[in-house]
Amino acid sequence: MHFEYQIEGGNFTRAGFASSEIKKMMKQLNVDLGIIKRTVVATYEAEVNVVAHAYSGTIYVDFDEEKVVIKLVDEGPGIDDINQAMTEGYSTASSTVREMGFGAGMGLPNMKKNADDLQITSEVGKGTTVIITMFFAKSEQ
Amino acid sequence: MDGKYFHHALKFRKEVCIGCSHCMNVCPTQAIRIREGKAELMDNYCVDCGKCYRACPVGAIIVEQDDFSQIFRYQQRVALIPSVLMGQFPEEVSLTQISSVLMELGFTHIYEVEHGVEVLRDQIVSYMENHKDNKPLMSAFCPAIVRLIQVRFPTLTENLVHLKPPLEIAASFYKQMLIDQGNEEDEIGIFYITPCAAKIAAVKSPVGQDDSPITGVINMDFIFNKVYTTVKKGFIGKNTCQIPDMAPLKSTGVTWSATNGEAANIPGRTLAIDEISNVIEFLEQLENEEKQDIDFLELRACDESCAGGILTSSNRFYTVERMRNRAAFAKSEEQKGNYRYTSPGSVVQYTDFLRDNARVGSIQPRSMDKLDEDIAQAMKKMKKVHEIMDVLPYVDCGLCGSPKCSSLAEDIVQGQAQMNQCIFVQKRMEQQGTLKSDDSMQIMKQIWGAEKFQDNNNQNV
Repeated sequence: MHFEYQIEGGNFTRAGFASSEIKKMMKQLNVDLGIIKRTVVATYEAEVNVVAHAYSGTIYVDFDEEKVVIKLVDEGPGIDDINQAMTEGYSTASSTVREMGFGAGMGLPNMKKNADDLQITSEVGKGTTVIITMFFAKSEQ
Repeated sequence: MDGKYFHHALKFRKEVCIGCSHCMNVCPTQAIRIREGKAELMDNYCVDCGKCYRACPVGAIIVEQDDFSQIFRYQQRVALIPSVLMGQFPEEVSLTQISSVLMELGFTHIYEVEHGVEVLRDQIVSYMENHKDNKPLMSAFCPAIVRLIQVRFPTLTENLVHLKPPLEIAASFYKQMLIDQGNEEDEIGIFYITPCAAKIAAVKSPVGQDDSPITGVINMDFIFNKVYTTVKKGFIGKNTCQIPDMAPLKSTGVTWSATNGEAANIPGRTLAIDEISNVIEFLEQLENEEKQDIDFLELRACDESCAGGILTSSNRFYTVERMRNRAAFAKSEEQKGNYRYTSPGSVVQYTDFLRDNARVGSIQPRSMDKLDEDIAQAMKKMKKVHEIMDVLPYVDCGLCGSPKCSSLAEDIVQGQAQMNQCIFVQKRMEQQGTLKSDDSMQIMKQIWGAEKFQDNNNQNV
């Protein structure tokens, strides 16, 4: 099953919509609660990243019986050094964003921690693509 | 669907129901359907919040109540009264007056539920110390909220503070005290005067416990009417029965069941949220976010918390005002040193006993969102739900007998409803010639009952 959601850069009011939809569907599929939790945390984090850093983005969600693949493609500044961005505490967020409780530099490490598989590719000046894969079988983590 | 989990205190009287669907439209968990002109409750979805009870225009929904005369099966008949009961009455009605009416009704002991909240608060604080990974911890005070979390927010069940509510603590204490005074356990009957349906359900089928120390439940409106009748007749103060010496309730206890009663007394960053739709909105968001720096959440199903319980009689805002006034008075008396709590039979003497008995067992998630136990089946059903949703109008008119288009889609997938129950689908089919006008009338009659479609029918209008 395939779904798409649009993300608007800078609009935090709507951030979390896609995560909520994914969460709802995983509950309908009777996926293990711990897996739902990790999925939602990773997806929400990724969604907020797009809102905070990019101009716009699209989330592509694909469910099958074994897994869900969540692909976030944004048009934005891109990430110069992905390894550096994966370091806890590293953040480029503006102070305004930080005041809203986002941008503590935990985003990518957190996503990595919660996702079964995380792929990040980025081109500076063009945008970033994040692919989160979550397996429904309970053996992971 | 799964077997029955819950005892429900709310009962739908078919013979009174007019199938108006007001209850269906206000239900925050989409637990009501209309079939053959009557409201039907889907037991596993209902959390006993009581919104439907308030919305029903004809009194078809009732709150079951234990027969009052059952109290006389016991030699020691304890009335456990919450602070909200006192808040029902104008300030000139005293606790002594209320007690005297309760004694005349046949109770032998009267005890205010919130005497144990200081013990409970210390327990919550140490529970929080030991469960820092489960932040924000959520109060298990309101049984409708505990059930809501089990059903709708299963990933949050481990955030619930697994401690008994004040009601259970007061009941355990009082029972133990009477046993220590030489009474046999089976001679003691503990009866709770409840402001809501959820607490009845919680006593009848406790979550995370085998059974409750509470023998029975009496609805607060029943007691209110008894007391108020006596007050109106001017009998107050002329009672001949002996009123037991009652320790005054501390200020914390008086307002514990009001909004912010818990949150204001728990250290750290706390929030108090009342009214079930507000709670749902908040938890929906909370589920998405990684651990937050909120330490404790007080969540209550009713607006203005227990003062807004469906079995209360007084306006909830007046009730809260009276509770706050009483708390302010209690506080000044405490500060003057006028209140003493060390007398024998004080809950303080049972702190150790209560500490040992405060925990509840595990509170299990029971997600009601799942379409099937089997993931492959669930996947098929989910696909079908989305296909159906593409056809349905997203109007949530409720004419199909389900509260929302999405609930109809799920009902269809579960074999509980038909696509052509949707009025929009019917109209399309009629135009295409695939559904006869007579047949669509028949479908509507099956949902709403034949009576609503009779000519010159002035009934219920």
